[in-house]
Amino acid sequence: MREKVDLSVELAGVTLKNPVAVASGTFGFGREYGQFFDLSALGAICCKGLTLHPREGNPPPRIAETPLGMLNSVGLQNPGVDAFIRDELPFLRQFDVKVIANISGNTPEEYGVMCEKLSEAGVDMIEVNISCPNVKAGGLAYGTRPDLAAEVTAEAKRHARVPVMVKLSPNVTDITEIAKAAADAGADALSLINTLRGMRIDVNTRRPILKMNTGGLSGPAVLPVAVRMVWEVASAVKLPILGMGGVSTGEDAAQLMLAGASAVAVGTALFADPCAPLKVRDGLADVAARQGLSAVRELTGGVRPW
Amino acid sequence: MAVQQICTVVEMTQLDASTWWMVLEVGKLVEQHGLTGGQFLQVKCGHSRLLRRPISVARTQWDEPEDTAALIFEVRGEGTRWLSRRKAGDKLDVLGPLGNGFDVSEKGRYLLVGGGIGVPPLMEYGESPRWSKVAVLGFRTKDKAFPAVVSRFEENCEQTYLCTDDGTLGRHGFVDGQVREILEQDKAFTGILACGPRPMLKSVAAVAAHFGVPCQMSMEERMACGVGACLGCAIQMRDGTMKHVCKDGPVFNAEEVDWDA
Repeated sequence: MREKVDLSVELAGVTLKNPVAVASGTFGFGREYGQFFDLSALGAICCKGLTLHPREGNPPPRIAETPLGMLNSVGLQNPGVDAFIRDELPFLRQFDVKVIANISGNTPEEYGVMCEKLSEAGVDMIEVNISCPNVKAGGLAYGTRPDLAAEVTAEAKRHARVPVMVKLSPNVTDITEIAKAAADAGADALSLINTLRGMRIDVNTRRPILKMNTGGLSGPAVLPVAVRMVWEVASAVKLPILGMGGVSTGEDAAQLMLAGASAVAVGTALFADPCAPLKVRDGLADVAARQGLSAVRELTGGVRPW
Repeated sequence: MAVQQICTVVEMTQLDASTWWMVLEVGKLVEQHGLTGGQFLQVKCGHSRLLRRPISVARTQWDEPEDTAALIFEVRGEGTRWLSRRKAGDKLDVLGPLGNGFDVSEKGRYLLVGGGIGVPPLMEYGESPRWSKVAVLGFRTKDKAFPAVVSRFEENCEQTYLCTDDGTLGRHGFVDGQVREILEQDKAFTGILACGPRPMLKSVAAVAAHFGVPCQMSMEERMACGVGACLGCAIQMRDGTMKHVCKDGPVFNAEEVDWDA
């Protein structure tokens, strides 16, 4: 049954062979999970977030487990965009998978420079991160103010020669305001949600578990928030959406697609099961087959709200 | 290269109120993938959506039909509590081998320094006939000094010194005092291999530096993926860079670690 379903989807003009990507920050540049499965089995890889210059990230502890989820405060540790192009991109290019570079800048100009370099290097898409909760400069500041989100999006679009997808933060009162600002500034797609800011305290020491005190919550606990926000954004703007947040099964992915996502990304579920993306892909095909669909993309936006 | 392996529990022994000795059949992880003591396995603990638990490997053995690995772990939370309830015959979903064990050379002479649940990851190094070794093993109190583990050191090391924080067994005091006393008499060690809580490691690192003896330490940090992808389990290095317990460690050279971080 599953085999008869057409899994291919389009995201801002880029064809993914199936709708399952892996989320930025959970998959490095593919080498580690490449030990466990063939990376060509994925629709796309959203690479670990890049900055113009290398970053060592935040002091440890950076991880705290929470009920059905986890907090992280990694803080964009990465080797910098040039090292990515030189050392990591050629590796990824060996596989039949779309490569989506994820970028964070301290200024709009930095986003522009990175878009130039990455377009030249030949990534398939650029995901503009305006929603990292773990860094002071840039990051979340750009994702919580519509005017700044628009400015960064416009600058990225001016310099990118591949589709630009803007990654939105859930840490806002009304996510559709930011979505509209990014859309009006020329974004080709939106991805959501990034992590939700959270905190966990050790009651004995009275210290937060994370050295940064707060971090970003991900995992199954955030799925309903992601579904709701994808639904709101899909209702507010016409752009294709890469939906993410707590996906660990095909049913989870189907919820995001019904809410309006064209494709989905799996992240934290990898940590429990390295093959989670493949199971999500197969589970999604099963859902489509069970519902008599010939293509999984028919799920997109198919929710029947009351 | 790490693989995902379904392992069978073949032995489960309770060492004290909260510590367990679990022997797993691990396919050919030892023979073909080089699994050794001091590395770790990422063990899925029941609930499919919980993070895996990184558990150090105490000792390994080539065997037929399957190799075996012994894991000695303390119950610290929900995941390890689930793990402690496994019985012989149960199956576990495991990733490994992960991380690097201690770097040792044939014919070397090593001073093994372990504290509490940091003693088991040294076991294979304490048992091997390929090098000579002296052991210093520290515990909070006599009841936490697992005799089944200690005896392996006593049988195979030139000498095994025991210390307890409360003086109920062996020397009254921390291991670094004993290490200092040994090195004052005898500095003829290829290196120190240490595993235990961070304050203990910091003290041992200071003693090792004082006597100019190379020192390797197995370290812990809160971990998510276990394979080097998420960059969660960072340790700050003296040169300002970050290394990761799962991929670069868990064993680090003491002098590269920033102990004041």
